[in-house]
Amino acid sequence: MSAVNASSGRASVWRSLVRSPSVMVGAAILLCVLFIGLAAPFLHTMSPDEINPSVRNKLPGYESTLRDDEGNKIQFVHLMGTDSLGRDIYSRVVFGARVSLLIGATVAVMSALIGLILGLLAGYFRWLDAIVMRVMDGLMAIPAILLALSMVALLNAGLSTVILAIAITEIPRVVRLVRSVVLSVREEPYVEAAISVGTPTPVLLVRHILPNTIAPLIVQTTYIAAHAILVEAVLSFLGVGISPETPTWGNIMAEGRAMFVLLPHNIFFPGVFLAVTVLAVNLFGDGLRDLLDPRMRKRL
Amino acid sequence: MFRYISKRIFATVPVMVMVVVLVFLMLRLSAADPAAIIAGDNATTEQIQDIRVKLGLDQPVLVQFGAWLTKVSTGNLGESFFFKKQVSELILDRLEPTLSLALCTIILSVLIAVPLGVLAAYYTGTWIDRVVMGLAVLGFSIPVFVVGYLLMYVFSIELSWLPVQGYQRLSEGFWGWLQKLLLPCFALSAVYCALIARITRTSVQEVLGEDYIRTAHAKGLTNKIVLMRHALRNAAVPIVTVIGIGIALLIGGVVVTESVFSIPGLGRLTVDAVLARDFPTVQALVLLFSLTSVMVNLLIDLSYTLFDPRIRY
Repeated sequence: MSAVNASSGRASVWRSLVRSPSVMVGAAILLCVLFIGLAAPFLHTMSPDEINPSVRNKLPGYESTLRDDEGNKIQFVHLMGTDSLGRDIYSRVVFGARVSLLIGATVAVMSALIGLILGLLAGYFRWLDAIVMRVMDGLMAIPAILLALSMVALLNAGLSTVILAIAITEIPRVVRLVRSVVLSVREEPYVEAAISVGTPTPVLLVRHILPNTIAPLIVQTTYIAAHAILVEAVLSFLGVGISPETPTWGNIMAEGRAMFVLLPHNIFFPGVFLAVTVLAVNLFGDGLRDLLDPRMRKRL
Repeated sequence: MFRYISKRIFATVPVMVMVVVLVFLMLRLSAADPAAIIAGDNATTEQIQDIRVKLGLDQPVLVQFGAWLTKVSTGNLGESFFFKKQVSELILDRLEPTLSLALCTIILSVLIAVPLGVLAAYYTGTWIDRVVMGLAVLGFSIPVFVVGYLLMYVFSIELSWLPVQGYQRLSEGFWGWLQKLLLPCFALSAVYCALIARITRTSVQEVLGEDYIRTAHAKGLTNKIVLMRHALRNAAVPIVTVIGIGIALLIGGVVVTESVFSIPGLGRLTVDAVLARDFPTVQALVLLFSLTSVMVNLLIDLSYTLFDPRIRY
């Protein structure tokens, strides 16, 4: 809790992080997905939105003849087959990692920051508490996917709308978490001591109260990232998310729905990538939770 | 007990009010003009203005809110832009599939997850525990539509045991209804099972450490009786709570599952309405789902008094 503890404890936290199997497995898979996303153009892919009507709906492993930049004929193997527009599924899946990771990270950081500020203020200032928490209760009562779905419908679809819509569903949970920590910490003797020596409120909030919220907040942030990736895929799958030509795992699956009985791989390949990525983030989060926040371990 | 019940009901009121305000504001904050949508692409400015006046959209927001609230509280949810029908009629029409799906999923999840959770708690630290908890993480991570398509592929397409998609009304025969409902329920129950199994394990673990469990063992009761009669009963409160918390999750899942399995329920209606920008329908459905989730949680809180006589604030 105190500053002395934190600096000497940091090294041991790091050591136990490295020793935790779920953190390591989660981090390893995540790094792989990150690598795939970043190195997408170099992983034997073609342009993910290149439409080629002559190779529509092909099974995985189908070879097609393409022309490269110099006009030479080259053979291209569609590792995961093609969709109904003749786009290469493998390329779309690989490029789709970018969108998923971007959404997961952006939503997590955004909702953590906004939630942290609102939670700190609500927890510390009693008059604000009632107002903020009523709004948060109301937002939390609306099922997350429904809220995101209707927000996207109202604000016109697009990457930033999707991020905003998902973040709004996550913020209340962060606010609740931060507020509960603040409420328990503000009664501590060291906070009273800080007040009594005349610490200005902003300094008190940032230096003495905020550090206590960091550990549970980091854990919560990883879960938010996992959930955001899932919700984005659901929105795209339902056809209300990011525009259909953008390669996202949800979009690829949405495209594959009509041909599912004949070409199930259009759904399975992106589905496996999606599930493994979310699983990795969840494993990472579970590991972190066990290490950073033993109290939460008991709760769930 | 009466005090607890009235206090709990009273605490729900602000949440409900907030939900109503938020759902109303959602539509007002929209960039789209409902009047322009109703009027269609070829409408003149005057026609749009006429519709706006007719709908009361030219009034101040507070007046609009009052008018909307009065209408909603009498069950008048407005007319759908897209289906050209009363929204309340649309909802009644689609209620049965969604209720069947949700109720069957809850029953199925409890039947699967509670025993698994108890088992994991009883064998804490063994491979049984690890397998159950591993499955739970998996359940949280695999999106419901991937589970749905996987089940569909194995049981409908490869094995042809069950129909691929669709829904049959209960009045047209119980077996057909159950057959078509089975796969969607299993798909939807994955997340729910994960949630319930985890919380069951934790709460049973906690209870197993209590003194009265040792006493029960000491007086010679069998493991089974101790587990069932003493442990599970006292672990019931958190388990029942999580079923309530999971309702929001379930509703989200219903929306997706109904789309995967082509079930003509409220979830499918929501997606159709969102795609058609049918705002009155979206608004009504969000309101209905949210209030349902609040009410279910209220009822669950009230049911604690049955499970645990100690809770009498």
